[in-house]
Amino acid sequence: MRSVAVVGASLAGLYAARALRDQGFDGTLTIVGSERHRPYDRPPLSKEFLAGRMTEADLALETDDEDLGAEWRLGVRASGLDRRDRRVLLADGTSITADGVVLATGATARTLPGDSPALEGVHTLRTLDDALALRADLVPGRRLVVIGAGFIGAEVASTARELGLGVTIVETAPVPLARALGGEMGTALGALHEERGVGLICGVAVQALTGGDRVDGVLLADGRRLDADVVLVGIGARPEIGWLEGSGVELGDGVLCDSGGGTSLPGVVAVGDCAAWFDPGLGHHHRVEHWTGAVQRPAATAATLLSGGTALAPAQPPPYLWSDQYGRRIQFAGHTRPGDSVTVEEGDVAARSFLAVYRREDRPVAVLGVDQVRQFTRWRRRLGTVNTG
Amino acid sequence: MIPACALAALPRGEAFRLDTVEPPIAVFHTDDGELYAVDDTCTHQDASLADGWLEGCEVECPLHASRFDLRTGEVDAPPAKLPVRTHGVVVEDGTVYVVPSDLPPNLPPGARARTA
Ligand code: FES
Repeated sequence: MRSVAVVGASLAGLYAARALRDQGFDGTLTIVGSERHRPYDRPPLSKEFLAGRMTEADLALETDDEDLGAEWRLGVRASGLDRRDRRVLLADGTSITADGVVLATGATARTLPGDSPALEGVHTLRTLDDALALRADLVPGRRLVVIGAGFIGAEVASTARELGLGVTIVETAPVPLARALGGEMGTALGALHEERGVGLICGVAVQALTGGDRVDGVLLADGRRLDADVVLVGIGARPEIGWLEGSGVELGDGVLCDSGGGTSLPGVVAVGDCAAWFDPGLGHHHRVEHWTGAVQRPAATAATLLSGGTALAPAQPPPYLWSDQYGRRIQFAGHTRPGDSVTVEEGDVAARSFLAVYRREDRPVAVLGVDQVRQFTRWRRRLGTVNTG
Repeated sequence: MIPACALAALPRGEAFRLDTVEPPIAVFHTDDGELYAVDDTCTHQDASLADGWLEGCEVECPLHASRFDLRTGEVDAPPAKLPVRTHGVVVEDGTVYVVPSDLPPNLPPGARARTA
């Protein structure tokens, strides 16, 4: 393999490029990024960066002396893939032909259905530019309505509260984070908001946003109206794969891959938020949208590409995510589904410091920790050994 | 020399967080019986290395799994970019003492603002 194009210059793309070099690839390496920025770390965008405790320079993922010997094409979007000669078409009319292609285009923030005419003061949060725009709008004393009580929404609510805004969260589901954590633990985490004076309205959909040029309120399906100076729409992300339609790469909820990142096209692999790898444990394709997946999986992806698909895909550790809200550290690892039992093994939910273990037929499948970092670390390790056994 | 804890209270495989000093220091007792001390705060972001996973002479950060060599403080695995500062350890009469480094620490951005 003499040339590789990595499409996507965020966490997964950078780690894939690093893994290729680490595994001995010394050919031409081109990295394409739709944003103008060098690779940066996204998790702080809703936390330390939004709060102003971290600067843009602090977000940099590359070390000062790092040199991947790559050609960087930043600020240009990929618009298509021609399978015949493995040519990546770019939005500026140029293209890159390569022996191997890594798809790592990530995901895009979902917007409200119907997409009401763009009102000022309405934000999503995915990119550094999104965070800069949101930060400029988070002025103390303003009223922020967060739509969606997922992790991004919860973190922005927490940061905005710290910055001195009045905050209300609206969630369509009856309980926040129920799909990810189950009802009982979702309720426990929801209580963190109310404890800090953040309003939490669950089980009600958003009907419309109101305002002239600028948003002034959020209309709920039950007829209530919330005043708002700023709105954050935090209702998840969808894989950035539209540009691959018609390319012959098999798509579903993400680029469909085997358990090592190989796609339906030879010489094309995918990793990160845009990729749905086959998960042998779950028995289906699954898009892991977490930071840790984008860090851990590129090594296997590079091996798949460089070996022509013959490398044995290593078992992947259970997915892991963390969140910081109101000064508390929340960590979760594993997969849970309805019907799993949940037991609090350390601490106390009421004291907001606890460790809960999820079990299916007595086998631990997931663990949640709130301010229980040391115990969580041990349980997460245990989960890795139990589930790959 | 700062007293940290009784050696008997720090079995092999365990860590002790000395938080009477600023920034706090983590003391590790490895499975091989060696004692090491480093700054407790990860150089990447705000996490306590004493809560991390100790394996051989390495500690893995509990938040994003950066790995540090306890002997040198060097980064063995990213995302951390800067080494963690190391300190001396002395055991006298069953007590573990830390001999703090006089080099500047490599604190992460969040923690930097907090202690400033
Ligand atoms: S805080 Fe230690 S690796 Fe991120």
